Formats: sequence, C-alpha cells, structure tokens
Amino acid sequence: MTLDIVQMVLATVLAAATPLILAGIGELVVERSGVLNLGVEGMMIFGAAAGFAVAMQTDSTLLGALGGAAGGLLLSALFGILTVGLAANQVASGLSLTILGLGLSGLVGASYVGVKRDPAPHLQIPGLTDLPGVGKLLFGQDAFVYLAAGLVAAVWWFLWHTRKGLTLRAIGDDHVATHALGLHVRKVRFLSVLFGGACAGLGGAYLSLAYTPFWSPGMTAGRGWIALALVVFASWKPLRVAAGALLFGGATVLQLHAQAAGLGLPGQLLSAVPYLATILALVLLSLGQRQGGSLAPAALGRVFTPSR
Amino acid sequence: MIARPFSRRFLLQGAGALSLSALPFGRARAAGSLTVGFIYVGPKDDYGYNQAHAQAAKALKGMPGIEITEEERVPETNAVEKTMESMINLDGATLLFPTSFGYYSPYLLAEAKKNPKIQFRHCGGLWSDKDPKNAGSYFGYIAQGQYLNGIVAAHASKSKKIGFVAAKPIPQVLNNVNAFLLGAQSVDPSITCQVIFTGEWSLAVKEAEATNALIDGGADVVTCHVDSPKVVVETAARRGAFVCGYHVDQSPLAPQKYLTGAEWNWLPIYKDFIASMQAGKVPQNFVRGGLADGFVKMSPYGPGVSEAARKNADAVKAEMLKGGYEIIKGPLKDNTGKEIVAAGKAYPEKAAELESTNYLVAGVKGSV
Repeated sequence: MTLDIVQMVLATVLAAATPLILAGIGELVVERSGVLNLGVEGMMIFGAAAGFAVAMQTDSTLLGALGGAAGGLLLSALFGILTVGLAANQVASGLSLTILGLGLSGLVGASYVGVKRDPAPHLQIPGLTDLPGVGKLLFGQDAFVYLAAGLVAAVWWFLWHTRKGLTLRAIGDDHVATHALGLHVRKVRFLSVLFGGACAGLGGAYLSLAYTPFWSPGMTAGRGWIALALVVFASWKPLRVAAGALLFGGATVLQLHAQAAGLGLPGQLLSAVPYLATILALVLLSLGQRQGGSLAPAALGRVFTPSR
Repeated sequence: MIARPFSRRFLLQGAGALSLSALPFGRARAAGSLTVGFIYVGPKDDYGYNQAHAQAAKALKGMPGIEITEEERVPETNAVEKTMESMINLDGATLLFPTSFGYYSPYLLAEAKKNPKIQFRHCGGLWSDKDPKNAGSYFGYIAQGQYLNGIVAAHASKSKKIGFVAAKPIPQVLNNVNAFLLGAQSVDPSITCQVIFTGEWSLAVKEAEATNALIDGGADVVTCHVDSPKVVVETAARRGAFVCGYHVDQSPLAPQKYLTGAEWNWLPIYKDFIASMQAGKVPQNFVRGGLADGFVKMSPYGPGVSEAARKNADAVKAEMLKGGYEIIKGPLKDNTGKEIVAAGKAYPEKAAELESTNYLVAGVKGSV
C-alpha cells in the first residue's frame, strides 16, 4: 500500500516535470546556438490554447499535440525573423513574444474556456503496467512523458555526438569565427529557434491536453520562466535540464502533499518552496562555477550581422 | 478572454473621458431609473462565485426602473477603481456592487470617500463603522451549507479522509473548512480533513494539482472554496472521488459523483438594497443571512447520497432554518491543540467572532 502511494506521488512528480522538460530542452538548444529567447512563456501558453483548440476540433489528442507544437513554432518563427533575420534586440523581442503569446492564447482559447475533454490516454502494457511499485511509473504514463524523455536523450546525442551538434555549439560560442569558416550561422540559429518554439508549444499542449486536461487563460502560470531558469541551472546540459525539471516538479507536488499532511508550516511558505528551490539551486551552481568561469555559450544573446 | 480594446477603464484613462461624461451625448437613461453596477473578478459563467452574483444580476434586469451595468474579469488592483469610476461617470451608476474580496481595501474605500453620494456595497464581512457611511458589506452564512456538505460527505466517505481545496486563509474560507469537518465529525468523530491553500482565487492548474494531491493522500470526498469550483469538481470526479459543490450547483459537471453543494442566493440581498435606494433610503451597511433568510441554499442530492445521509442532513437543515444554529461550540481546540472555545460557550451564525476566525479546528490537517 505504501509502495503504491510512493509510486503515485512519483508519477505526479514526473507529470509536473514533463512540461518543464519539454520547454527547457527546446530553450537549451536555442541558447546553445547563441540566441536568448525570453518568450518561452508566451509560446507555451499559445501552444496550450492552440493544442486544445485543434484537439477539440479534430477530436484527436495527437493532432492537438501537433497543433500545440505548430503554435509554438509559429510564434518562434516570428521571433526568429526579428532577431536572427533582422538583428533585433533579443531580450526586447522575447519579452514582446511572451505578451503576444498571452494575448493570442486568450483569443484562440476564448470559446474553449471551461470545455471538458478526456485526458491523453496512458500506456497500458499487460503484465508490465501492473507491476507493483514501478509498473504505473515506468509503463503507465502518457505519450508526452515518453516523448520528453526521448527528446532529452536525442538532444544530448545530437549536441555531443554529431557533427551538426558540434556546429551548433560552435556557433553559440563564436558566431564570427564560425561565419568566417563558411558555416550558416543564421540558418542554424533560425532552425534552433523553430525547434525551441515547437518544444515550448508542445509543453503547453501537454498542460491542456494531458495534465489538467482543460484550457484556462494563463494556465502556464510562470512555467515558461521556470524553464528558462532551468537551462541556466542545468549549465546548458540536457540531462541536467531533466534533473532540474524533476527537482522543480517534485517541489511543486510535494509542497501540496506537505500542506495536506499538515506539517504545521504556513501554506504560503510551502507554495514558495518550488521557487525557493530553484533560486537556491542557481545560487549553489554559481558558487560552484566561480573558479571555472561561466558555462554559458560565449555568444549568447549577441546579435549577429554578417559582414557584407 | 478576448480583451475589449475600448473597455470602460481604458476610456476613462483617456484625457477627455471625464469631461465627455458630463456632456449630453452620454448613455441615455430612463428618467428616474436606478443604475446598478456589478463588478466581477472572473468570468460570469465560471460555475462559481462570479456566476452566483451574475445570476442575481440577470434576474434584476427584468425589474422595472432598474438598469444593470456589469464588468467581468476585473483584477483586484487599482483597475477596479477605474471600473468603479467609469460606472459612476459614464453609466451614471449610483449603487455599486464590487463583489470580490480584494476590492474592498484600499480600492472601494478610496472610491467611497471620493464619491460620497454613491452607495458602495461589498461582498464579504469587511465593513466596520469606522469606514465611510456610503460603503457597506453583505455576506451569507454559507458555512451552514458547508456543515451540511460535511454531513453528507461523512456518510459517503470510506477512507474517513475528506479534502478541501481552499484559495486563501481568510476568515470566510477558514469558517468553511472548519464547518465542513465539524459537519463530518458530527457523523463520525474519527474523520479528518486535509486542506490545501492554492494562494489565489482562481488558479486552475494548481487547483487540479491540489485536488490530485488530496486524492493521492487518501481523501475520497472533496470540496473547495475557490472562485470557480469547476476544475476541482471535474478533476475529483475523474479520479473517482465524490464531490460537494460550492457557490452554485455544479451537478451537471459530475452527475454521478456530485453529492450536494452549498449555494449562494444573492437575489434577496440585491432586491433589498435596490428597494431601499428606490424608496430614497440609504441601504443597510451590514447585511448577513443564512439558510433561514434565503441567502444560502443547498444543491439537490446526487445519486451517491444514501437515504441515511439525506435524513441526517435534512434534520440538521431543519434546525438551521429556525435560525441561531451553532456550528462552533465548546469545548473546541484548534489543530495545534490550543483551546479556542471553552466548554459551555458557543458561537451562533451571527457571532461577530466568526468574522475574525484565524484557526483550523482539531482534525484539519493544514496550516493557516
């Protein structure tokens, strides 16, 4: 019985971490290419609205997920045109994207507020899903969870074990030198931005299609900003993004369980735990990095204009 | 929500808005008609707090000599001041109902001082005689409804654990949490109640997370005090738990799992205020009422309610309808072990002490 409760809690931790993994892993690729996109929250919320709208229209969770990814991709394309194509300020453009995403999500989702929908189906493998203690945790999740895990592995492999991944990292560290070598800096960055947008949109779609599942204005509730913090916390490394997301997801869920258990701590303090945990982790990380210098891509946030 | 590009408060911020309102091409109003303004913090169709008020406002629209102006989704910031000002200056409202808890201080108080000829009545128990005389507050003893919810919940619970998703630890919310558990404990003293505070009146995802956490913790009946119980009701039902509603009847959202619910009936209060205004009198500053006054009502019983539960709840309800029912009575300790009501002492629904409740009773797992 206790094992089942532990499994249930761990499953909810995993569920809470999934949108952060999806959005965080996308933003990691974007930042590794040297672009800082602060519009993750906007792309996420728009993905949540677009995904839910598509799913309701088509009665398909798969198409809804693709719709969410497409929504995020669409907004990121706009960001890419502005920052990569027209060399606009990345910080200002990213913040504008968040505001735009919040507004557009309200527009797209207006007629879907309060509409009920069945959650994304969970995996059911006879004999495996029913395994005591670990069955539901490992073999009873929805497709988004497995996709998030797959994306982490794929991005890790791509960045550290492929030539194109090396190219992307090199561009993020020195766009002038890589341009001089004949590498397509703007093309790589634009594609990275699109990938990041699709991932953020997918993270949003997970919230509206699987996690809750419903559409509600502002439902991302700052998760996009947490995803941004996770990339820094992870030192721009994919496996650490997953670990950080699990830490934050765990803090989110466990503070609710702690409230329900009546630990004698004020609810307001417990609600702040996930954010305090993130700040503490970032502080400890920066203290640890004092000796070795910053691990951030050297050209992160710098505008690139190729010499004519 | 689609933002209206030219909502009242944006118009008002324009340089000429105040001067325009004085010109003859303002909104045409019937001579002698009373314009009443309703302000909601959320959408009018939220299956919750705002809908309960909006239903009453809708019923008022059919009454002669009354014009209703409404604005929804107004945050608990100075935005509500702008909305109040525009209702006064552009719509000619002379009676305003800013319905959300956080509208009162400093926003309503500031507007009441600025507009001494306008009457402001706020939903909640916040007005005191130190406040402007053209302000006031009204509320219902809905803790009575939550007590009845608790009775029905106790009969339905197998785990002897019930759950409560709460927004903020303010007196009105704490009274509801306490009443829910005390109602349940009147059936079975061993029952406990887990409470989770989300920190916001409306935070849909966190409400879903909180509901899941309560059910993961063993609760098999859940209720709430948030603006829109829709999320809690649907999430709990999907997880197989029973639900007791709040604010309005949510049975259509979970027909099989909905037990009953504590509902508001604001119409009598609003009619009373309006009748006073139409008679040229100042409406009461402090209005309260419960089941006996028709300010609170119960949702019909759902299919999950046993005959024994119905009889038990109906018997207590009959006592409540006589007035003066005591939910909080001694000896009673809070959940830290401190005595809060001595033996032989009790607080009926009208007791002023209940307006400043800052504790959770013994058996509630949670902290203020």
